[in-house]
Amino acid sequence: MKIHEYQAKALMKVRGIPVPEGVMAATVDEAVAAVRQLIESTGNAVVVVKSQIHAGGRGKGHFKEHPGVGGVSVVLDGIDGGIEAAESRVRELASQMLGSTLVTIQTGDEGKIVNRLYIEQGIDIATELYLSVLLDRSTSRNIVMASTEGGTEIEVVASETPDKIIKEDVDPAFGLTDFQARRIAHGLGFEGDTFKNGVRFLKTLTEFASDMDTDLVEINPLVVTTDGRVMALDGKMAFEANALYRHPDVAELRDETEEDPAELEAKEFGLSFISLDGSIGCMVNGAGLAMATMDIIKYVGGEPANFLDVGGGAEKDQIVAAFKLITADPNVKGIFVNIFGGIMRCDIIANGVVAAVEEVGLEVPLVVRLEGTNVELGKQIIDDSDLNVVSATDMKDGAEKIVELAK
Amino acid sequence: MSVLVNKDTKVLVQGMGKTGRFHTDMAIAYGTNMVGAVHPSRAGQVERFTGETDHSGVQGRPDEYDVTIPIFRTVRDAVRSTGANASVVYVPPPFAADAIMEAAEAGVPLIVTVTEGIPVADMVMAKRYLEGKNVRLVGPNCPGVITPQECKIGIMPGYIHTPGRIGVVSRSGTLTYEAVHQLTLNGLGQTTAIGIGGDPVNGTNFVDALAAFNDDPATEGVIVIGEIGGTAEEEAAEWIKANMTKPVAAFIAGTSAPAGKRMGHAGAIISGGKGTAEAKIEALEGAGVVMASTPTDMGSAMLEALSSAG
Repeated sequence: MKIHEYQAKALMKVRGIPVPEGVMAATVDEAVAAVRQLIESTGNAVVVVKSQIHAGGRGKGHFKEHPGVGGVSVVLDGIDGGIEAAESRVRELASQMLGSTLVTIQTGDEGKIVNRLYIEQGIDIATELYLSVLLDRSTSRNIVMASTEGGTEIEVVASETPDKIIKEDVDPAFGLTDFQARRIAHGLGFEGDTFKNGVRFLKTLTEFASDMDTDLVEINPLVVTTDGRVMALDGKMAFEANALYRHPDVAELRDETEEDPAELEAKEFGLSFISLDGSIGCMVNGAGLAMATMDIIKYVGGEPANFLDVGGGAEKDQIVAAFKLITADPNVKGIFVNIFGGIMRCDIIANGVVAAVEEVGLEVPLVVRLEGTNVELGKQIIDDSDLNVVSATDMKDGAEKIVELAK
Repeated sequence: MSVLVNKDTKVLVQGMGKTGRFHTDMAIAYGTNMVGAVHPSRAGQVERFTGETDHSGVQGRPDEYDVTIPIFRTVRDAVRSTGANASVVYVPPPFAADAIMEAAEAGVPLIVTVTEGIPVADMVMAKRYLEGKNVRLVGPNCPGVITPQECKIGIMPGYIHTPGRIGVVSRSGTLTYEAVHQLTLNGLGQTTAIGIGGDPVNGTNFVDALAAFNDDPATEGVIVIGEIGGTAEEEAAEWIKANMTKPVAAFIAGTSAPAGKRMGHAGAIISGGKGTAEAKIEALEGAGVVMASTPTDMGSAMLEALSSAG
């Protein structure tokens, strides 16, 4: 589960991890009010207006409605013009940004609506660095990854200059040790007080990541200020879904407006659903088989409209809900039900499909492939139902049939 | 012959709730030697299982079974009383990692964890705990391990399996069934099928399973079923190139998956340009593995791999 930058920074602040002062604003007036508060409390006349969406690349993104406005704007008007000048510039920016559509490299062309801004104090930056804590699957441990190349995409650094990435593996029994933290701090070129601040920052952040069950904490850039402080200028955090029950306060930070409504609805029924761009709706049991079903549709020349795993224990209600999700997508020109019954019995699936069609109606071709437990009974139920269903002998046969019928 | 489990495997159940009970019943019907269960507050009680024998499992049994399983307070007590040499974990996610560690501490050499949704940090800790112990963990979030007509540990449907010559190792449950079914239909059958699970942190990986099959005289070839996310398939390819003496066929799910989206399994995600199906397929082909272009072709890819190996 992802959270917004302003939420991540609030969590870090509570933990004692240095972050700039900032205020979240959901309205233009709130944004303007934040300006005086920040400038007066920090003594810095510069403020930054940052769009709060879950996708990255905000700094280089732009608004559809206002192509001249970027996703992150530095307001310098306060330096010469005082607080009032900064306020009027923030008023102008906030009214353009709030409710508008931000397009970044990660949002896709459709972009994302900006509902919140984060108004933050300006920081006098000496150097920009990179820092993250994430799972290394090959060692089954968290690693701390740091680089002197802050502000750029870490994937680019990793592929072009891999020697500029410092990695330390975190033993879950000991956490990041002092010597490991010092090794990273040396690698980042920290000296004097900055070195001490950096070591403390690294240890606290690594502990935070493991205590909070994060999937990822990424600080890009991590900055050293001109007065030697180490500070998180940005903060990206994702929390591991399986562990959210341990962190009810974090679970409350979920912003459902950032998520696909169909995917949210699926979750309520215990279905795993992901919307895609194609025209063939899929209903499958098992994540691997669901993925492979998308692949085979593509292989025979079609495009899948979704990933949908009904799970191993689906009942009739879930099948009906799954059917509704698929047919709600106007792009769907055909549906492929692909089931290998193990614990899941084919007759239950067949009854669910029949009930779903009776309830929802069926305006596109439907191909059903059943295999496994109670397959004969399942086929019988489909045959006896008068539904306009085409049976398939195996996955490939089914995929070919539905792609042909949906043309 | 087979790997990991056979007719001498004595299985303990950790987590005798509704799911644990259901699958214990299925395992007994198949003929698995289920010897005990662990429940912290039900020690001293028993669970009784009766029903119709699944004759696709262990051969030569009466048509009906009536088995009573004792419940123990701890894994240590259970092992001491029953001599169990394997455990299956159905314990709910918040407590499952602890159940794995308890089994390891009690000296259970094979721990099969079916539970889905265990927090990653818990598994990181559990794997750290298992370091240096002579324990094999399979899973979590996996269908389990089966040696046809000898021992079924987990949630897979037993009747689709048939004893034979091929080892199966897979990150996906239903795709394993798909492969097993094809191997049954084309007459190759299976020595052992191992579901290693779809989580980012798991026990047995492809390399461990391949090494076991490579050393098993009865296994003549192996099917590897991978999916997007992580680098386990690439590591398997390297190992195959350097060590494997038997033909290998493979399928990788997720060629059509978009980057940044988790495809159901916690581990199935392409992130930062890593974990793509293309990279995995290229690595495996480079190691001489015969790739099935669709899941319907897994059985025929295995036949092709066997025939080109002579």
